Amino acid sequence: MDSWGFSIAKTRTIDIDSVDFKVLARLTDKVPSAKRCIMCGACAATCSAANFVDFSFRKTHLLFHRGQFSNISEELDKCMLCGKCKLVCLRGVNTRAIIYNLRIILNDMNYKRIAL
Amino acid sequence: MKKKNVIVIGGGPAGIEIAQILSNYSCNVTLFEKEPQVGGQIKRIDKLFPDFIVQDEMMQKLISNLEKTDIQIHTDTEIKDIEQIDNIWHLKTNKEEAFTADAVVLATGFKTFDPKYKEELGYGIYPGVITTLEFEDMLKAGKIQTSAGEEPRRIAFLNCVGSRDEKVGNHYCSRVCCINAVKQSIETKELLPNAEVFCFYMDLRMSGQFYEELYRKSQEKHGVNYIRGRISEASSTFDHRIQIKSEDTLAGLPLKMTVDLLVLMIGVEASEGTTNLSAKAGILGEYGFAKSLSLHLKDNLTKKEGLFLAGACKRPSTLREVIADARAAAFEVVNYLKMEING
Repeated sequence: MDSWGFSIAKTRTIDIDSVDFKVLARLTDKVPSAKRCIMCGACAATCSAANFVDFSFRKTHLLFHRGQFSNISEELDKCMLCGKCKLVCLRGVNTRAIIYNLRIILNDMNYKRIAL
Repeated sequence: MKKKNVIVIGGGPAGIEIAQILSNYSCNVTLFEKEPQVGGQIKRIDKLFPDFIVQDEMMQKLISNLEKTDIQIHTDTEIKDIEQIDNIWHLKTNKEEAFTADAVVLATGFKTFDPKYKEELGYGIYPGVITTLEFEDMLKAGKIQTSAGEEPRRIAFLNCVGSRDEKVGNHYCSRVCCINAVKQSIETKELLPNAEVFCFYMDLRMSGQFYEELYRKSQEKHGVNYIRGRISEASSTFDHRIQIKSEDTLAGLPLKMTVDLLVLMIGVEASEGTTNLSAKAGILGEYGFAKSLSLHLKDNLTKKEGLFLAGACKRPSTLREVIADARAAAFEVVNYLKMEING
């Protein structure tokens, strides 16, 4: 097939109508404090890993809440589970448990994950 | 000593409370209300934030206090003209009656923003787009439904409709809508536990006592979703639902969804009575509200002697603030007229 040098870009829009909120419920059943997150970004600001790699727990968590799962596994690989984010969270969100459970949930959904 | 005459304009919570207090002093109090009944705009509200007190019961207490007094209440009467001549206030009603008073209290309150000015939000075009007051009517009736009479699966609340909006000339924050959206989203989840609720906001201003706690509860207990971003437009789908577009500013991505009801948290503006009488009395402030003498220490006084302000005619206020303000204004009137408490 001829290559024309361009392709159709996938839409960037979050379409809430196509989101399966049962996946989010799996997380919030395990980690109810995830519902309290107000996306302030304290976790991302204090993150040890973010000093060295491009990683934002705040954004990853938000995208999961909006049902956008496509890059989350790769993002989570950057986390060292040090738990510093949990110490600073103003809303008492168990961020470490969120990462741990996200890996399990995404694995069950056949998204890429690293070995635990 | 001759009894003083005090006129209170406006029979909402502020007017009722100040009239009732002043009736305990050596003066004749006259209360004017343009509607057939006293009570004001709060009457349309089902339950009050942040404690979910039933509004009707609370207001009945205020109104029954008023009924125990000998205050003259003129309902269906609007004050059209106000003028001060030699320290006496002269007022004219819509029925061309004239009244005089030694002191006048302006308690003419607010009105809500007409969302038809924000045409892109589809109010008055699509039946699925309603105002927070219309939603409150449903809560009062105990049944949330779409215009087709169906149970909504998804409801979105949009904050700052007519507030913080240069395009409609209102730069200010209406103060009550954020917490009202939180309140209504909790009530929605209580009536319809399976419905999905989304709140769109620019900033969430949980400035009052227990507001932040209520916001937290709405997330934790009721699973209300908050999206920072403004809905840019609403349109109809083929099955008469409402499609909304926004930016999820925290994700940095555009976002769209279909909802059954879009509730517009319309802002607070000065009522026509507030603007008209403030202008005639020469105390017109910004955005059509009445201007007090000084924000901190003389907030119930005006630059006109004998003209006092109480409640939401000055700025958007919560019910708690309005009642406290009415009591403060009563103190100023008593001081000004040097009145004695009735024995």
